[in-house]
Amino acid sequence: MSDSGHKTRQRRTIGAPLRPGFAFRLAMRESRHGLRRIGVYVASITLGVGALVSIHSFRDDFARSVQEEADVLMGANARLSGDVVPGPEIEEVLDSLRDAGAGVARVTTASSMILAPSTESVRLLQVRGIDPGYPFYGDVVTEPEGAWGQHLEPGQVLVDPAVLTQFGVDIGDSLTVGTLTLQIAGTVDDLPTDVAFQTAIGPRVHMSQETLEAAELIGFGSLARHEVFLEIPDENERRAIRDRYDELFQTSDVTFRTAEEQAQSLSNGVRFLGRFLALVGLAALLLGGVGVASAIHVYIREKRASIAVLRCLGAGQGTAFLAYLSQAALLGLIGAASGVVLGVALQEVMPIVLRGVLPVEVTTRISVTSVGAGLGIGIWVAVVFALIPLLQVRDVPPLAALRQDFEPPRRRFDPLRLGAWTLLGASVLSLCAYEAPNVELGLAFALSLAVAGAAIASVGVGLMFVTRRYFPSRASYPVRQGVSNLFRPQNQTISVTLALGFGAFVIGTIVQVEGALRDDLTVSFGSGRPNLLLFDIQTDQLEGIRSLLPLDVRGESETSPIVTSRIASINGIEPDSLRSNPDPAARPEAWALRREYRNTYRSYVGRAEELVSGRWWDGTAGSEDGIEVDAGELPRVSLEIDVAESLRVGLGDTITWNVSGARIPTVITSLRSVDWGQLEPNFFAILEPGVLESAPQNIVMVARIEDPQARARVQRALVGAFPNVSALDFSRVQEAIDAVLSKVRQAVAFLGGFSALAGIIVLIGALATSRMQRLREGALLRTLGARQSQVMTVLFAEYLALGSIATASGLILAVVAAALLMPNVFEIDYTLRPLPILTIWGVVVCLTVLTGLVSSRDLLRRPPLPVLREASE
Amino acid sequence: MGESEAAEVSACGDTSGCEQAAVRAKARVERTRNVMMIVAEGLKKSYTSGGRPLPVLQSLDLSIEADSFVSIVGPSGSGKTTLLGLLAGLDEPTSGRVLLDGEDIFSFSEDGRAAFRAERVGFVFQTFHLLPTLTALENVLVPLELRGEGNEARGSAVSLLERVGLGGRLDHFPSQLSGGEQQRVALARAFSNRPKILFADEPTGNLDHETGASIVEMLEHLNQEANTTLVLVTHDLALAERADRILTLGGGRVVEDRPGEGSG
Ligand SMILES: Nc1ncnc2c1ncn2[C@@H]1O[C@H](COP(=O)(O)OP(=O)(O)OP(=O)(O)O)[C@@H](O)[C@H]1O
Ligand SMILES: [Mg+2]
Repeated sequence: MSDSGHKTRQRRTIGAPLRPGFAFRLAMRESRHGLRRIGVYVASITLGVGALVSIHSFRDDFARSVQEEADVLMGANARLSGDVVPGPEIEEVLDSLRDAGAGVARVTTASSMILAPSTESVRLLQVRGIDPGYPFYGDVVTEPEGAWGQHLEPGQVLVDPAVLTQFGVDIGDSLTVGTLTLQIAGTVDDLPTDVAFQTAIGPRVHMSQETLEAAELIGFGSLARHEVFLEIPDENERRAIRDRYDELFQTSDVTFRTAEEQAQSLSNGVRFLGRFLALVGLAALLLGGVGVASAIHVYIREKRASIAVLRCLGAGQGTAFLAYLSQAALLGLIGAASGVVLGVALQEVMPIVLRGVLPVEVTTRISVTSVGAGLGIGIWVAVVFALIPLLQVRDVPPLAALRQDFEPPRRRFDPLRLGAWTLLGASVLSLCAYEAPNVELGLAFALSLAVAGAAIASVGVGLMFVTRRYFPSRASYPVRQGVSNLFRPQNQTISVTLALGFGAFVIGTIVQVEGALRDDLTVSFGSGRPNLLLFDIQTDQLEGIRSLLPLDVRGESETSPIVTSRIASINGIEPDSLRSNPDPAARPEAWALRREYRNTYRSYVGRAEELVSGRWWDGTAGSEDGIEVDAGELPRVSLEIDVAESLRVGLGDTITWNVSGARIPTVITSLRSVDWGQLEPNFFAILEPGVLESAPQNIVMVARIEDPQARARVQRALVGAFPNVSALDFSRVQEAIDAVLSKVRQAVAFLGGFSALAGIIVLIGALATSRMQRLREGALLRTLGARQSQVMTVLFAEYLALGSIATASGLILAVVAAALLMPNVFEIDYTLRPLPILTIWGVVVCLTVLTGLVSSRDLLRRPPLPVLREASE
Repeated sequence: MGESEAAEVSACGDTSGCEQAAVRAKARVERTRNVMMIVAEGLKKSYTSGGRPLPVLQSLDLSIEADSFVSIVGPSGSGKTTLLGLLAGLDEPTSGRVLLDGEDIFSFSEDGRAAFRAERVGFVFQTFHLLPTLTALENVLVPLELRGEGNEARGSAVSLLERVGLGGRLDHFPSQLSGGEQQRVALARAFSNRPKILFADEPTGNLDHETGASIVEMLEHLNQEANTTLVLVTHDLALAERADRILTLGGGRVVEDRPGEGSG
């Protein structure tokens, strides 16, 4: 270190070689005293490293466990899946596989209205027709034991436990499924193929393929998922199947997936999530770094006299610097090592806590790389953050030993200082890039951290200024003294503001966004909006269904016909040729070309739609332009604007639809934007009336039935009269979304709590660092005759002001962030919610005051003289 | 109390002076018999250092009459600071008691002692000990504000600062003042609550002789004007001589007790 390159005059007169050995010994001796105080900061390094190590290790554990259990997770070695019944070519492939000795089992899943006659309740559930043999791997846990297989018996079903609670029925009761009445033979408590929460979101009724067919649930155009599970233990064989049939699978719209691939994507998902969590850990660690920097700053200031004496006794700048640098490294080492211990402990606990949520039994193994990385990162962060304040050591002149307040002229340009800052910036950037799911996200995260940090700090400085300037001078003396303590020399108000403010910022932003999302949901489901969606209605059933609705809503129910179509060509070019267009800007996206479109025809623009470009059938112009396209003899179509972009088409282009074999060419004459968030039947393509009326179609109906009981009655009547029709009660959807939101809230509470914890640790560190000053001032006040209650008031006022400024800085920023996020990211109008903001403020301030008072309790107990002696050492 | 009388008598050199001194002392004793401001009885203080008890004060007895000016001298480590701290109730003795203005201060709680200090005691330290976040004026106001009379007392605080020659530096922070100036602020602060007793522990220790002398002069001045009992610890024998009475500590006891120049 030091400016050994250019020997200055001063250096020569001191004549000081670098003495690392002495520096280390000195560091050890010095660390006996005083370092313990700033050692509290070690805890924030510990917390961050602990989080990183546990998240990294758990990620590895999870990926390994999932890979080991890959076959069990799929229940097979590979799977074919698609939205249509496998065609004859696929059937041929399956036959040949079966001949070659592979196990083949189909599973068909559809949604259907199910009625429990004994309790008269109706729900939309998933029904699964299952072939014998499935699952090929893993054990199914049932109640009663060993009941798996019962579902293959005619007239019998197994259900997920949630079905029993939702219907209020028991094993042995019956369910009406389509045209059949079936008996519940037992519950499926654990299907090894289930990923977390699956049964909570969509409870299922398991039956044989034959029963499902006999129930006549799957009519024309109804949604069902068709899967074929394959038992092909030989990996090479599986690969051969993919190579051989890849083309066929693509054109038949089926997906072939091996168990390993599924496991891989599962652990990728968790990896992604884990990386986000790691970023939170990293943020805590960086906060710890800020704490370390601030503590070292104070420490060096306190040690000025000792450093100066060392210099007088002949230690060089380099030696002195090294002595204190090694103390910072020692702190980092202690923090990181205890962080590793914490992380490994958490790693062991995590599978136990998450059992039931995870799809597999996760076994833990200490990961050398995770531990090594945690250790390295912890020490590095401590050292890199300490570097900047440590550079002051060089600037302590020997003269300072003689005259305490001697300040050398500050260097105007200091390459080392610049270097230290650069190193810090580069370290933060690379750590973020390393921990984040991808580099861009990492850099964005680092940038937002920097912006948030700078913003919180400047709001904090602003609040401090305002407080100082406008604090009422008539307030009682202890209160004023407490507030003015925020400005004492070497105060740590800004670093505490940064730490606590950051926590408050994270919690504040999330709470507001979550609250706004929730309110928005309530509006979506609110009055005037449809709350019942009926689908898969056949044309001839429409009148009958209308008659089931209460009289007052019959007129208001809206129907939309749905005509299932595929794209046959665009401007006369077939999808295959379109797909091979070498220019990506002109090549339509594959999903948009391949998908099955559910188109409709109608004469008006829907409630959730806005005509953007071109003209509607009646000549109404779009909001951005009203270009008129002459379609000539061809029927006109209106496309949703994003899908048009994906198809690389615009006004005037021709799309030919394949509707059950018939080719229907249409010309795009308008583009619409659609608010998909609104619960309305929305469509990519709307044709003008008069074209599709005779095409095969089914109908969607939305209605609003205010009274929940009337709504339930309609659904019951439907199951009886029209088993093929499904009803979606939006209040159930809302419940499901609420359930998901509350999971989100738990996660948020955890993250918020974590950042608050990191903030509190930095606070404790700051208080410990300034303890001496506080002790001295307290003793002094007592010498001057202050009563304990007065000293207490001083402290209380100080912590209250500190907590308020810190929290307010974070929360002000949180309000700004939410106001920016809501309209731009979530497309929701922002309204300030004062209550949660004030609550957070109250809680964090209480925590601050409490922490402060607890850490200062011995201030009140010890007699003043010994304190003063100690403090003036 | 007869002790100090005896000391005075024994310390005087020539007979006539001695007679005079004896008469004067007698008169003062008469005048102040019932107004011993500070009485220490059997005061003991020992620290434990390295597991072993380290006696600093060994059964020390002492009384100081009201309005007098007493210096305490003694070699470094003899326990001067310790004694002063105990007399002011800033620390607790191992045994023994201290009466200040007739009240046994260690029968009070720490809070009670604080209240007592707020009313009747002032203290000046060698290292000034100003509150760094407060201006000179605010520092002087602290003892008054602690008694809840900050606003009315502002004028007297300003005039105290003027008296110590800092009328122009009211709004300066301690870091903007020289050592001598800081000590003068500390002095003004010590007098701001019109204490009956003022303890000063080497108030001139960090200052040059001249500045130190002017500080002591101010102390004396304020002492006489406000009728304050002044106890001064110092290494500067010339300054110590200005007192009415000079006590010398050694080996945990008072080894010498003699009148100073001030007594004449
Ligand atoms: N907390 C303590 N623990 C152990 N010994 C102590 C402690 N405080 C003071 N002493 C010892 O008590 C003795 C008296 O100290 P004191 O500060 O009263 O001396 P002093 O007469 O004021 O000295 P000086 O003139 O150098 O200021 C010294 O020997 C000192 O080492
Ligand atoms: Mg002393």
